[in-house]
Amino acid sequence: MQSIIETLLIGLSNGAVYALISLALVLVWRSTRVVNFAQAGQAMIATYVGFEIASRSQVFWLAVLFAIVAGALIGAGVDYFFMRVLFKHATEGPAAVVAPVIATLGLLGVIRAVVGLIWSSEYRLIEPPVSRNGYTIGETTIPFSPLNTLIIVTVCIVLIVISIIFRRTNLGLALRASAYAPEIAQLAGVRTAQTRTIGWAIAGGIGGIAGMLVSSENYLSPYSLDLLLVFGFIAAVIGGLESMVGAVVGALLLGVLLSLVLNVFGTSATFTSAFLILILVLLFKPDGIVASRKGRRA
Amino acid sequence: MSGLVVTRLNVSHGAIHALHGISFSVEPGQLAAVIGSNGAGKTTLLRTLSGLKDASSGTAQWDGREILGVKPEDLVRRGISHVSEGKSVIPELTVKENLVLGGIWRGNKADTADAIDEVVELFPRLGERMTQSADTLSGGERQMLAIGRALVSRPKLLLLDEPSLGLAPLVIEQIFQTIDSLRHKLGLTVVLVEQNAMSALQIADIGVIINLGEVVATGKASDLINDPALRAAYLGY
Repeated sequence: MQSIIETLLIGLSNGAVYALISLALVLVWRSTRVVNFAQAGQAMIATYVGFEIASRSQVFWLAVLFAIVAGALIGAGVDYFFMRVLFKHATEGPAAVVAPVIATLGLLGVIRAVVGLIWSSEYRLIEPPVSRNGYTIGETTIPFSPLNTLIIVTVCIVLIVISIIFRRTNLGLALRASAYAPEIAQLAGVRTAQTRTIGWAIAGGIGGIAGMLVSSENYLSPYSLDLLLVFGFIAAVIGGLESMVGAVVGALLLGVLLSLVLNVFGTSATFTSAFLILILVLLFKPDGIVASRKGRRA
Repeated sequence: MSGLVVTRLNVSHGAIHALHGISFSVEPGQLAAVIGSNGAGKTTLLRTLSGLKDASSGTAQWDGREILGVKPEDLVRRGISHVSEGKSVIPELTVKENLVLGGIWRGNKADTADAIDEVVELFPRLGERMTQSADTLSGGERQMLAIGRALVSRPKLLLLDEPSLGLAPLVIEQIFQTIDSLRHKLGLTVVLVEQNAMSALQIADIGVIINLGEVVATGKASDLINDPALRAAYLGY
């Protein structure tokens, strides 16, 4: 049994990465009303690009930069070449609601297959700039490592940058306005379609960072980010799916809860309890834990 | 003639024919009141002119150039601002953010700040509530904010959809006074859609009365007010 503090720290480190994916899902959901399951696939390609750069240059942060750019380009591309066309054809009725979600699931499958063809299903590992081995305090080595610290710090920086973009810049204002009230935004002169594509790009870039962080802790394969997608989605639902703050809070909460479960009941229980948490939230707090009266804040 | 010229405009909602051959023109600097009862097609007319809705046929020109088929965000760049029905503000944003939104497209922060100052001068109550969310405003304040946001875009043609809707009589009077002084001060051309016929015609130069999607009368606002037949049939007073 590890100490409660260690469990919490590990939970925070995991939750921090879930927060990135959760945030990316919320960003896309708010602007496009699509739960983008292809997010995991987009992040995967970005991470493989990062892996290639990392193994050639041995410079982790250069690789992260490439993963961000690749993720952003892929995100923008999916919206521009895929979603826009889809929305043009499915405008009314149940098809308009279901088609985009099914399409993102299909896209995830396609991306996985293509990634498998290019990079094979071999396990890869990205070398982080700091040690994966836990800190040693006196005689004992704890599971929390310098890499975990790096993950938490990186995610904090990403969150600060994102909140500055959304709170303090005109781009952020346009992104929020387009998500809340596209028609009024248009009437105010905002190019909402372009703004939405930028939103997808930001989500894609965030996904790239998440992929890089996870894949420097665990192996990268065409399936390795699926779990991240599941946990990110559950975290987004805990946060109410509308709120960016909720996405982050939900993710940290989920990370800590799952870390506790893992510590008490072992690996086999984590996946089940993640879904149990999802069901409980949907049953008792369907608007999420931080949803405001109107369900659309921050 | 430049200004706004609408010719034989037809618009349909699916199978329903909403506007039939609407024609009227508004000279630069004029205020046109478009009067009609609920469902007459007034809102559809404005939504078509601002690019939110597609026309099935006809033309509409502003400043000598066609505006039908142009996106709303591009029409804003050509000087057309539309304050849509029901106090078009974004409740999740602050008052200030709602105002700034109208200026983003110009990419000139200093001028946007100036335009916001002018709006605050016009509506001092907005100035006191800059950092509050628009959600907390009263109905009248929301309407002021919606008009203010449109003004920050520095329009030449202002399309106003029922600014009096759901407001108390005193507030309505205040809003109409503001619209009147505003358009003289800024030299705005205004298309004002209203059910509140009397108040609208009183500040208007010309009136366009529509019923069931057709223009039934146009003319000088003062003539329309005094026409007994129109008063009985459409103006309801």
